[in-house]
Amino acid sequence: MRHLIAAMCAAIMAGPALAFEPTDGALGFQPAATRIAERIHTFHDFVLVIIVLITLLVLGLLLWIIVRHNRKANPVPKKFSHNTLIEVIWTVVPALILVAIASQSFPNLYYQDVVPNLQQITDKSEKLLADGKDSQHERFTKDYFPEAAEKGFVNVKAQGNQWNWTYTYPDLVDDSGYPLEFVSNPVHVGVSTDGANYADATGRSDYASKPRNLAVDYPMVVPQNRYIRYYTAAADVIHSWTVPAFGVKTDAVPGRLNEGWFLVEQPGIYYGQCSELCGVNHAYMPIEVRVVSQEQFDAWAEQMLAGDYEAAYASVDVFASNEQATQFAAQQ
Amino acid sequence: MPMDEVAIDHHDAHDHKPGFFTRWLFSTNHKDIGTLYLIFALIAGIIGYTLSGLIRWELAEPGVSVLTQFVAGEGDVAIQNAKHFYNTVITYHGLIMIFFMVMPALIGGFGNWFVPLMIGAPDMAFPRMNNISLWLTVAAFVLACISMVVPGGPGNGFGGGWVLYPPLSSTTGHAGPAMDVLILSLHTAGIASILGAINFIVTILNMRAPGMTLHKMPLFAWGVLITAVLLLLSLPVLAAALTMLLTDRNFGSQFFVPGGGGDPIMFQHLFWFFGHPEVYIMILPAFGIISHIVSTFSKKPIFGYLGMAYAMVSIGVIGFVVWAHHMYTVGMDVDLKAYFVAATMVIAVPTGIKIFSWIATMWGGSIEFKVPMLWAIGFIFLFTVGGVTGVVLANAGIDHALHDTYYVVAHFHYVLSLGAVFGLFAGWYYWFEKMFGIKYNGFIGGLHFWLMFIGSNVLFFPQHFLGLQGMPRRYIDYADGFATWHMWSSIGYAITLVATTVFFIGLVEAMIRRRKGAANPWGEGATTLEWTLPSPPPFHQFNELPHVTNKGGH
Repeated sequence: MRHLIAAMCAAIMAGPALAFEPTDGALGFQPAATRIAERIHTFHDFVLVIIVLITLLVLGLLLWIIVRHNRKANPVPKKFSHNTLIEVIWTVVPALILVAIASQSFPNLYYQDVVPNLQQITDKSEKLLADGKDSQHERFTKDYFPEAAEKGFVNVKAQGNQWNWTYTYPDLVDDSGYPLEFVSNPVHVGVSTDGANYADATGRSDYASKPRNLAVDYPMVVPQNRYIRYYTAAADVIHSWTVPAFGVKTDAVPGRLNEGWFLVEQPGIYYGQCSELCGVNHAYMPIEVRVVSQEQFDAWAEQMLAGDYEAAYASVDVFASNEQATQFAAQQ
Repeated sequence: MPMDEVAIDHHDAHDHKPGFFTRWLFSTNHKDIGTLYLIFALIAGIIGYTLSGLIRWELAEPGVSVLTQFVAGEGDVAIQNAKHFYNTVITYHGLIMIFFMVMPALIGGFGNWFVPLMIGAPDMAFPRMNNISLWLTVAAFVLACISMVVPGGPGNGFGGGWVLYPPLSSTTGHAGPAMDVLILSLHTAGIASILGAINFIVTILNMRAPGMTLHKMPLFAWGVLITAVLLLLSLPVLAAALTMLLTDRNFGSQFFVPGGGGDPIMFQHLFWFFGHPEVYIMILPAFGIISHIVSTFSKKPIFGYLGMAYAMVSIGVIGFVVWAHHMYTVGMDVDLKAYFVAATMVIAVPTGIKIFSWIATMWGGSIEFKVPMLWAIGFIFLFTVGGVTGVVLANAGIDHALHDTYYVVAHFHYVLSLGAVFGLFAGWYYWFEKMFGIKYNGFIGGLHFWLMFIGSNVLFFPQHFLGLQGMPRRYIDYADGFATWHMWSSIGYAITLVATTVFFIGLVEAMIRRRKGAANPWGEGATTLEWTLPSPPPFHQFNELPHVTNKGGH
């Protein structure tokens, strides 16, 4: 984890570009961009160690038996079929291991699944500071970001449609009181006219730099170091909104409004893909989230509300080419 | 096995077999029905396996380039058609493998063949109902195949995944008749399975040989008994969900339509209330088979017999209260998720008991590595791998990241494609000589095992990596960052294709050579009743019931 963060810092200093997308040949998770994902990775690594040890134990026992208890090595089979002690052991020990896993699992689950109460976070942070419990406050900050809590939530609704996402920002309203709402279309749908369609629709010439099957025309944009509360809904069939680097995944179900939260400290481009089979173009309704500074976000929102989508897009397109992202990925 | 000494009388010289049509179409003989089930499962398996071949072929490289040749149109039109075709391929691959390959083979095939033989019964309790079950299953399969080629909405067939979630499976997603035919097919398969389950329960509870108490019954019979109970309790729930879906589609009901006050998530609850026990339905008979094979070739009694039996019972019971771990991302309350995390992890305990008891059965044994034993040992290891990733996924906190990714695909193929299917092949090689009275070539069988073992691991292990990187399931095309492991996965499929060819070569070789089988080719370790009969057994066996005496044992 530590070297991963170091690698991320190195990448940040090399340039502003950071794109979180799948890395070819990688064995594990995409790098974590939120505390939620960090905690998932830590917990997963803990469970991974346990399950690898168990698998190796079973494999070792099997190999031992194959070598030592075969017909040549042991011509006369033993006839025992009971051993109460060992049966108790292999019932109780796994149960204890599961308790150990559960003790990590539940805090992890409640942390990511319950949208935090920001007022409580602010209060608790102030109390810890007032009581002089600095180390506790530091740990608390790592999970709960009191500075961000003071600023409140940024609310975004992601509505799944066959086959694109509609993003709504209920708090960003124009002069007539209508919230900012736009459709985020995939750049690629797997056909030969993708490039031409993208250029026609947006007037942009950056098609070649778009990662295949991940990019969209108008990404969801959120500010860094802010609590983001997202809602998911669906217009037609069930979809699922996810960003692997954030460690969040929430189904978008017709007739329901699901919610979740995340907070990203690092600006960058984050990609996800619809994760519930939704019909013909299921593989072609990606999710692109751009995390930018608060100032950039405000400027973007203003331009979006004014209807100047391309200017808004350009304002959050300060990230350099995909190449740097690939270099970043290579360091992981 | 439980009985040490068995008194048998089977010099039944007049073995009247009926004529061809009466024997094979109107069959009421449990062995003939078992054989028909096995042949049926082989045919369905070939189709299901071919569909998975299309999946791996398409996914070998990024882009849509393979399935386009199987659909109408050229260029972009073909690509558009291929997308729906891909969805139907994954859907019918899942449905066929579950309902028409694994279940008919393990329960219909081996269950019919060996439950009566192992418990010393002359036949199943309801032989004619047995025949109805078989032909309803065949009819269901024909309906499923028809459903594949009739209009579904976006194209031919239903492309909404084997889980059939509405609104994708309602008229919103698939307006055409393919889904209706599929519902009919699953209803039919469900009726067949319920009738079969009743038959097994009645047979096992009432027709055991004198002296064979439930606690002396072979573990395969235990496995089938528990499976049958699970079927009986879970399939009606699926039937209810399917019927509601059918009326939603055709008669304007609103069970799963939010606009009418319904809820699509309710379907998921009903489906997984069936679907999770279904997972155990597919693996419990295999558990039983593995126990017998491990004991036979170690020449030792099964270690902890009662613990093994009740581990299966508890897996069956707990299997009914964990269903929503398939639905962690639908927006459930966090406390509800926490409950399902805890309940799901508990299943690891009885499963662990089974794994360790198999190992203890082998411990101190004098193991012969005949072909069935290879498959059994392969099963134990691979099922462990699939089991521990299940523990990972049980944790909702991790599952939020891994839900609907290839990690899940890898997990359930390790427990089913490498678990249930290895159990199936283990049983096939264990009982082949008993069923058909001829010997197979051990070298070909061993080659089949090693190719399959290597191939399926190369096929499925890299999918863990894909899932961790975030590769979603049911994608015809993927981001370029997933290319390497997808290619390896497809290479693994090619190896299993060679393995499957070897399997059929072995089958043909055995049929041509017709080496006469022995009553008990496995020697002292094979203690269950079927080995006291000739190979193949007489058309009617145990006209005089065997007596199971209680000498020693455990």
